Parts: sequence; structure tokens; C-alpha cells
Amino acid sequence: MQPFTKLTGLVAPVDRVNVDTDAIIPKQFLKRIERSGFGQFLFFEWRFDEQGNEISSFSLNLPRYQGAEVLISRANFGCGSSREHAPWAILDYGFRVVIAPSFADIFYNNCFKNGILPIKLSEEQVEELFQRTNAREGYKLTVDLENKRIADDAGLSIPFELDEHRRQFLLQGLDDIGLTLQHADEIAAYEAKNEARLANTF
Amino acid sequence: MFEKIWNNHVIFSEEGKPSILYIDLHLVHEVTSPQAFEGLRMNGRKVRRPDLTFATMDHNVPTKDRFNISDPISKQQVDTLTENCREFGVKLYDLNTIDQGVVHVMGPELGLTHPGKTIVCGDSHTSTHGAFGALAFGIGTSEVEHVLATQCLQQAKPKTMEVRFVGKRPAGITAKDLILGLIAKYGTDFATGYVIEYTGEAIRGLTMEERMTVCNMSIEGGARAGLIAPDETTFNYLRGREYAPQGADFDRAVEQWKALRSDEGAEYDRVVELDVDSLIPQVTWGTSPGMGTDITSAVPDPAKMATDNERKAAEKALEYMDLKPGTPMSDIPIDYVFIGSCTNGRIEDLRAAAKVASGHRVSPNVTAIVVPGSGRVKIQAEKEGLDKIFTAAGFEWREAGCSMCLAMNPDVLQPGQRCASTSNRNFEGRQGRGGRTHLVSPEMAAAAAIKGKFTDVRNWEFKSEVTA
Repeated sequence: MQPFTKLTGLVAPVDRVNVDTDAIIPKQFLKRIERSGFGQFLFFEWRFDEQGNEISSFSLNLPRYQGAEVLISRANFGCGSSREHAPWAILDYGFRVVIAPSFADIFYNNCFKNGILPIKLSEEQVEELFQRTNAREGYKLTVDLENKRIADDAGLSIPFELDEHRRQFLLQGLDDIGLTLQHADEIAAYEAKNEARLANTF
Repeated sequence: MFEKIWNNHVIFSEEGKPSILYIDLHLVHEVTSPQAFEGLRMNGRKVRRPDLTFATMDHNVPTKDRFNISDPISKQQVDTLTENCREFGVKLYDLNTIDQGVVHVMGPELGLTHPGKTIVCGDSHTSTHGAFGALAFGIGTSEVEHVLATQCLQQAKPKTMEVRFVGKRPAGITAKDLILGLIAKYGTDFATGYVIEYTGEAIRGLTMEERMTVCNMSIEGGARAGLIAPDETTFNYLRGREYAPQGADFDRAVEQWKALRSDEGAEYDRVVELDVDSLIPQVTWGTSPGMGTDITSAVPDPAKMATDNERKAAEKALEYMDLKPGTPMSDIPIDYVFIGSCTNGRIEDLRAAAKVASGHRVSPNVTAIVVPGSGRVKIQAEKEGLDKIFTAAGFEWREAGCSMCLAMNPDVLQPGQRCASTSNRNFEGRQGRGGRTHLVSPEMAAAAAIKGKFTDVRNWEFKSEVTA
């Protein structure tokens, strides 16, 4: 996994609450058997009309947000299905950071497996970011995972909370299967102790 | 109860780090597994416990000509699962077996789901299995790979919430109404970060299948898992099933399972209540499962919503749903009815819907399909003659699968079509681009099919009894 340390990137808004994973990546695109190539389908039904033309009013289609790396949105982002295709699409489209007041659990977990940093801020702080993003074309944020802080060049500087384990995980781009396998002895011991139950005999 | 199951499965824990949790049962389907198996191959890893891993195909399966998957990418996904199961030695219930079905219908039917187990699947509705007092939750594909390789997961311990259903369930109120009513009251993220335990007299009185309906939609309230303490209903359901312990082992298992129940006075991080006595059949009006109301009520007015965000969300939802504030729910005409899914695709659901449909005719403006949750449900229904009741009433009788719950197979709404659906999500485009989904119980869906619009099933004129 690609480590995440610090980035300065263009900010794009999706101003909705409860952005669900069906909206992030509609089911007709879940049939691929690869992890890559999902970016073209991100927010597909909001980005394109039924004829496949761009819907010009949708934020991500506006020229000013092309090349954005930081996505801001509202509460309960990523709710719904467990599909990891949602973070795959977000990453493949070019985002490395998603900022919202809250995230659905499975989506939040899935982000860390893919080198995406989801940041929870208060409703007021997120509202401030929306206002700044809307007010200035080319608005950028610097996201510093080392120091757990986001900042712009106009005086905004906000610390954010993140579980220390998750922070290290992203900073180092760790393979968590490898980490679990370091406990192979404990796993084997647990299995030996519980084998009867696992084999359906009690 | 959660605490006991959790502690029984932690193999390693360290301050400040997620615990490593052993997984007793891993269910696999075709959509969220191909990249996980590919990851194993790339790293030269094996499936650690093929004997604790069970697979089926459900999301892509056509419900008409099921062996003829016309979409080549769907077919590739189904074929890839077959190949992966063969290569890694995983038991697969494919289209040739009667056990194939929606993974969360199939697992309990086979007796794979036991109280006290940790169960995962790359599917958010894994919460269904919590009905047995198992800790069951959905995971992403990276975690599917993790469990395949290690039979473990790294998990931070969630908080606990008691959801107390207070009072007696009135006649005509289904398990679906309990859970839809709960989410309508508390919203789609009230339980984020929590594991729910459902309690109360109304829960105790539910059958196993009804409990599965409730636990299934825990995720729609934000919880990854929702549990119900095991009791005689649970044990009676499990006894004799293929993967349940047999003979004296079963009796010993029951003793252990009884000990899982929450201790008297157990404390939860949060407690919420829902008054069951006053519940009325539920219908959703918006594009989030929390946007629901009583059948006797009307489409709400966004202008009267408490917060700015709620108002904006409701306005967008009503625009998408093409509904006007103040319209009585029972005046909303429908085009389509879907009865099925891991929420409401079990035999009792089909019996309940058939009882409503019996002797009536589907409205000429409505297409109605019934999709059994599994091959076994289908066979049982046909044995009871439910298929005949449905087809005589003008419903289409289909093969088992996820079908129009998420429309990955050919069962898709056309833009603008309005559907009464027994599934679990009414998101924009969920059942097809531009499709409009209203979540209801099987009884309410069957009644809507016949009336051509939503109607209060408590006033239904039953024409003939279904004979079992």
C-alpha cells in the first residue's frame, strides 16, 4: 500500500449528507475482477446523464475542481454497502483525502486499507471548509498526517484526531495481513484449544 | 453478550492497537471476493481454513434463465468464483445445488450460523446472522483477503447499545415495521460505532426468520452488527440442520449457548427505546432508509425539518422520488413490486405475502416479481403451493438470488418507475438508474401490488386462507 504522509491538494466539494456507496460507485460497475480502473465510474449517475453526457452542474464536472485530491462532504459519508470498490473508485479518480463530519464504519475501515486518509471534523469546521472552497477557485489544503493538521494559505489551521495505530499504518503503508501473521503461533494455539467447537463437536 | 463473544475470540490484544479476533465462519460471494483471492495468489498465500469458509453466488444470478448469464462481465465474475473455490479448496454452493441462494439466507438454512460465533462476509448485511446471537458483520475486500489468509481480523472494540422494543407488537405489524420504525425514529447513523443488542418482549416473540429481518437492517442504522440473545426459538431452529452440532453435541452446545446471554443488569454504552404498541405499518418516502413514515401519514414537508442539512436532504430526496409534501402515503401509485432479498426472502415472508395475494389480482399497471431467497426456500414454497397462489394472482415466480435488491442481475427498474420493495435500501439508483424505491414489509408489498398503490394492510380483505 502507498504510504500517506503529507499532501497539498486542490479541494472539491460534494455537498450532500448520507453519500452512500451506491452513489459513489453504482452496482453495474462492481462486476470487474480487478482493483483498478474504477475512477471513471466514481459518482457515475451524478456525473453523467442517461446518454453518457457530463452533467455540468455536478461539482466534480466543473473545470475548477479538475485534478482535486481532497474531497469534502457531509455527515455519514460512505453509508450502505461494504463494497471496497467505493474507496477504490475514490483513489483511482485521484483523491487521497476525504473530509466529513462522520463516516460509516465499513467505508472508514476500507479507506485505510487503500492509503486514503478519512478525516473527521466538526460540522462547523466542515462548513468553514465548504465556504472557503466555494469562495476561492483553486482553493487548496495541506494535509499533514505526521502532525495531524490541515491548513490552507489563508490562516486556517485545524488539528484532527486519528487513532495512533491507524496513523502509523498509513504513514508506513503497512501490510496488515503480514502484521497478523506475526501472531501465527497465537492463532495456531487458539485453533488447537477450540478445535472441537470449530469442528462442530462440543 | 457481545462482551462474552468478543472475549472468547480475541487471540491477541495490546493497549492502543486493534485486537486480533478469530473468525469462526467466513461466507463468500462473487462480487467482493475476486480481488481478495487475487491478492492471495500474488503473495503466495493459501486459505488458512477452507473448512470454515463457504461460498455461493447470489448478486449476479439471473432469476429467469439462470444458467444463461448474458452479461459477459457478470458471467466472468461468477466463473471466477467457481475457479477460485476450486483452486483454494473452498466449498461452493453453485447454481447446480438447491442450497444456492442469497448468502445470508443460505448460511442459516444450512445451520452454519450458531450463537456465539464470529461471522464475517464481504457484505454489509452480514448483520443478519446476529439474530442467532452471533457477532456477525460486513467487511471490505481487503479484509476478506485478510480472513482468507489468517482466519483473523484486526478490530477495534466497538461500543455497545441496547435497543429496547417496549410493549407488545400489535396485529398486522411485522418485523420489518419494527426495524423501519426504529430507523425512521433514530436515523441512519445513530448506531455508527456500536454493536446493537435488541431486547424486549416484542423481540422474544419473533420467530427466527423475523429476527433475521430485524438484525439484517442493523447496518441501515449505522451499526455493523445487531444481536439477539439465543433462546429456545434459536435452538429449535438450529436442531437437525446440516451444519448444526448433532446428537449429544447439540445438547452440550445449547448449554454453552445459553451462557452467552447478557447477565442481569448488564450495562451498555447507550440505550434507546422504541414504543411498539403504537407502531403502524411503515413505508419509506425518500432515498435513505431513515426517510420513512406510517402508511396512515403523508409525505413530509422539508420546510418543517429540524436542521438545514435534513431539509436539503429531504428536498433532494423528494425531487428524485417525484413526490409532493402532504401527499397521503396511500395515494402514491406504484409500477413495480419486488418481494425477496436477504431482508424478506425467506419462507415465512413468502407465506405472508401469499396470504395477502391469495384470491386477488395484481393491478394491471403493476409488474410484480417474487424472488425466493434460496433454492430451498423456492422448493418449500412450491411444496406449499405458494407459487401457484402468486402466479394465479399475476405475480411472476422467479429463481433464487439477490435480484432487484441491488439490480446487478437483469432485474432492473427503468428510469422513473416506482417500486414497492421488501429489500433494505432505497438509495438513488439502487434498483436501477432513476428508479424510485419504497421499502415495505412483504405484506405491504403484496397489498400494494394488488391495489396499484400503497395501502394499509391492517384493513386487508383476506379472500382465502393459504393452506400449508
